[in-house]
Amino acid sequence: MDLPKETTSKLAKKITIWVRFLGSMNLAITLLLALSIASVVGTVLQQNQGYTDYIIKFGPFWFEAFKLMGLYDVYSSSWFLFILLCLVSSTTVCIYRTAPVMLRGMRDYRQNVQLRTLQQYPDCTKWVVQQPVGDVRNVAQSILSHHGFSARFKEEKDHQLISGMKGRGSRLGYILAHLAIVFICVGGLIDGNAILKARELMGLLEPEHRNLPANKVPAISRLGLDNMAFRGSVSVPEGSQTDALFINYKDGYLVQNLPFTIEVKDFRIEHYDSGQPKSFESDLLIHDARLAAPMTQTISVNHPLIYDGHAIYQASFADGGSELELRAWPLGVVNSKAAKLQSIVGEVAPLVVSEQQWSLEMDDFRLFNIMPSEDPAKKFNNVGPSVTFKLRSKTGEAREYFNYMLPIDRDGHLYYLSGVRESPADDFRYLYIPMDDEGGVGRFVTFLGFLNDTEKMQKLITKLKLTENVLPAKEAGQVNEAMLKLVQLFLKSGFEGVEAQLKKNVPLDDQQPVITLYIQVLQKILAAAYMDVLTAQGHDVSQGLDPGKAGFFTAATVAIGALERYGSPVYLQLDSFTHRQASGLQIAKAPGKNLVYPGCAMLIVGIFLMFYAPQKRLWVWLQKTDKGLELTLVGQSSKNKMDFSKQYQDISAQFERVLIS
Amino acid sequence: MNNTKTALELELDKKPFWKKLSLFDAAWAVIVVLAGFYTYANYAALMDGYEIIILISTVISLILSGWAWKPVRVMVLTVAGLSLFAISRYTTGLMDAETDFFLRFLFSSQSGIMWMSALYVLATLAYLVAFVARSEFTGALATALTWSATTMGLTGLMVRWRESYLVGVDVGHIPVSNLYEVFILFSIITALLYLFYERKYQTRALGVFVLFIISGAVAFLLWYAFERDAADIQPLVPALKSYWMKIHVPANFVGYGAFALAAMVAVAYFARARAERGPADGVLMTLPSLEVLDDLMYKSIALGFAFFTLATVLGALWAAEAWGGYWSWDPKETWALIVWLNYAAWLHMRLTKGWRGKPMAAWAIIGLFVTLFAFLGVNMFLSGLHSYGEL
Ligand code: HEM
Repeated sequence: MDLPKETTSKLAKKITIWVRFLGSMNLAITLLLALSIASVVGTVLQQNQGYTDYIIKFGPFWFEAFKLMGLYDVYSSSWFLFILLCLVSSTTVCIYRTAPVMLRGMRDYRQNVQLRTLQQYPDCTKWVVQQPVGDVRNVAQSILSHHGFSARFKEEKDHQLISGMKGRGSRLGYILAHLAIVFICVGGLIDGNAILKARELMGLLEPEHRNLPANKVPAISRLGLDNMAFRGSVSVPEGSQTDALFINYKDGYLVQNLPFTIEVKDFRIEHYDSGQPKSFESDLLIHDARLAAPMTQTISVNHPLIYDGHAIYQASFADGGSELELRAWPLGVVNSKAAKLQSIVGEVAPLVVSEQQWSLEMDDFRLFNIMPSEDPAKKFNNVGPSVTFKLRSKTGEAREYFNYMLPIDRDGHLYYLSGVRESPADDFRYLYIPMDDEGGVGRFVTFLGFLNDTEKMQKLITKLKLTENVLPAKEAGQVNEAMLKLVQLFLKSGFEGVEAQLKKNVPLDDQQPVITLYIQVLQKILAAAYMDVLTAQGHDVSQGLDPGKAGFFTAATVAIGALERYGSPVYLQLDSFTHRQASGLQIAKAPGKNLVYPGCAMLIVGIFLMFYAPQKRLWVWLQKTDKGLELTLVGQSSKNKMDFSKQYQDISAQFERVLIS
Repeated sequence: MNNTKTALELELDKKPFWKKLSLFDAAWAVIVVLAGFYTYANYAALMDGYEIIILISTVISLILSGWAWKPVRVMVLTVAGLSLFAISRYTTGLMDAETDFFLRFLFSSQSGIMWMSALYVLATLAYLVAFVARSEFTGALATALTWSATTMGLTGLMVRWRESYLVGVDVGHIPVSNLYEVFILFSIITALLYLFYERKYQTRALGVFVLFIISGAVAFLLWYAFERDAADIQPLVPALKSYWMKIHVPANFVGYGAFALAAMVAVAYFARARAERGPADGVLMTLPSLEVLDDLMYKSIALGFAFFTLATVLGALWAAEAWGGYWSWDPKETWALIVWLNYAAWLHMRLTKGWRGKPMAAWAIIGLFVTLFAFLGVNMFLSGLHSYGEL
């Protein structure tokens, strides 16, 4: 098809205008600055968080607005990619237009230059010498080559010209550095998720949001072996294998299949003396039909395995399903007996406590817990294993618990610590259960059970004869009833709860003495109950209590007072465990790096060349005149003109010394 | 005719390169090579292949920089002597730093760094006095103080390197691993760059400007050490245990140091530009001419840009090894990119648009703030994979 001539030239004109615009320096600088500003946005706003976090932070309106602008994943948003593409085009056009000039300039000694042009350069000196022209030429060539200038000679009718040039590298450097930008950006775009984005826009891909094992994820969220570039992660328990990995995408994830299977045989953490982790290592087995035998390799942080174009990195670690044996102590139950319980980290199991249905979600097991040490000689202390779990009630509400396996020393007493929190955003608040002489929590639970045993408590209170000994005489039965209520109030809300209740009921005037009296009585009852428990356990308490047992009592009453806030019907004590870890692997396939890495090398070489090998030229123009041979020495440099002027002065002084004096 | 030839030969004196080296130059090379061998013989067990390459490159660059810049030799030899002496005083363990006189008051890394801090502050004052009073002698003193501070700082770092191995053989690492250590590095590199240009341009007038920012760094360093206990030697997290650290971090700090220098030259530029309108004998007129300042600003931004490019690329290669991708848009990485793009724009403005003077000077100063955020602000305000030195 022939276009009418006018149209072609119009089109050509339009193209020329566009090319000129794309290759313009103004656009380039604008793009560089635009890219920096966009990058700032991406660092100020935390990227790739859960969408709910953003809603909480910004409210529904701004959440939607920011989502539309792609601010939660700036670096793969369309507008960011667009700026990058513009930069690539701009640089390409720039190279396209400038490179031929540069290449020509590298070879061009500018031998056709006119004397008039030369004389306009600031670095220009003229002498008249008497030596024969051959000698002068020789001198000029020697001096130029001494300073590293390569030179060409040209003889014309009326003059001879020696043209010297040095530092061709800078031109080459320009091409290298700018071509490098194109390489790096294109490589980066290949490895980035621009392609995934395109597939999602075409409706071929949809991130998954549910918590599913890899093989249950539907096809729309899976990526096949044809996917060129990806970067994802997967957690593989020791002794297990995987042939898929997970890619975080938007607020969900995608599953990527692998052309081989990775088995984690063993995972190890080494620690410094101080307890901080020193190294993470996994022994891997690669199963691949294309291999005669499985391949073994150990990877660690900073030492990945490259296999079949995939780089396999040690990225993190997690629990891989440790088997736990626990004892569940129902709290506040008469004659509480511990029930044996087995659990695996990562599993959810029903748990029945006092005929109530709960579900126990075992989240994590940790072999070490490093705490700042109270001992000044040691900085850190390993306080041993711990479990993290959630207890979910039938209504779906859950609290998260964090229980240490071993008792922990606080001011000389040993306690079993159990942390509780309502939401992951909170810190754990700890319940301190004092350890008994047998090294367990049995006495605490029994004591608690005793206090909850209405019958026994009634008997105990009656036996104490409170009306005779401490309280103003009244009707004994009524008083005992009231005291039992007091104990129950204490069980529900602790000493603070009792005080608060009394403050409400007693007139202001005699509040203080009444409260003191009641607390004293309560203490007396609790102590009597404690004595009964000790006696029942076969301890002789007739001589009073040793400091350990006395301390236990105080700690136990504090802990009982806090139980309401603890909120669990049961205390889970970790008895034993079989530790099983999972190695967190990150697997990347990044073919774009075959462009990016050479690009990086070109960039560095190019930039150093541009800065440190600036192009310089020297001309020596020889022309016969009546007075002798006229010699004009001219210098020119594209950059670092001040330094070059100095060098020019040195060189011209050399000419002067050799030829004039 | 023969005359011309002899004159030419005399002028161009075509001795081969190595014959032009003086006896001192040769001795220097021999000493450095021997030191390299000594290091290899003693520590080869702790080095991997890359680290041996780094050692060889260090030897070569030390020889070359000693040839090109003579005072460096004195400094390197002094640092080596003092460090070896200090190390030899550690006989029983780290506790010696409390009991041994030399360690306690002079050469344990803590004392060395305190001396460095004090000397830089004194040097700043001396440069100020020299500048205002136009005193040649005070100027020479200021230069000497700056060299001494740098020497003490480097000694402190070398000794700290050894001390980290005394904490535990598995804890030992080159002291460029956290904010405290790199601040020392920053002061030292900025000072060295300045000293280089001081000699090249034969002017001390810029000293007070450049040392001012080093004093600022020292103030931060002291605050960080005393308020935040940052001076303790900490073991490395696994991701940092790599030979890459030995080249990535120093290259980065040549960049930061050069950018800081450029910004302070820009301040001097404004000062001089202002003085141009005043009397010709004002104190500020002793600053180099605007043309020279502009040129120096360009040179140090160019140097910074080249090294910053190198450092960023090295960082990307390291990230590929440690985090599983050469680029993760981690805040620190991203800010490095921002710094880099900013100076790329600056260079293009100057080279292709021919911008000069005040706007470029102002931009160089802004550039320092951008750089400062990349280097400090990110650690303070943003969290990410690079959170090694939190405040
Ligand atoms: C991220 C992108 C870029 C980087 C890192 C970069 C880097 C550089 C550097 C370091 C210089 C040397 C400056 C000097 O010697 O002082 C330079 C020069 C130059 N750049 Fe770029 N550049 C980029 C993009 C562009 C673009 C898009 C264009 C075209 C519009 C361009 C055109 C030029 C030109 C014409 C020169 C001068 C070359 C000479 O005369 O030696 N650059 N560039």
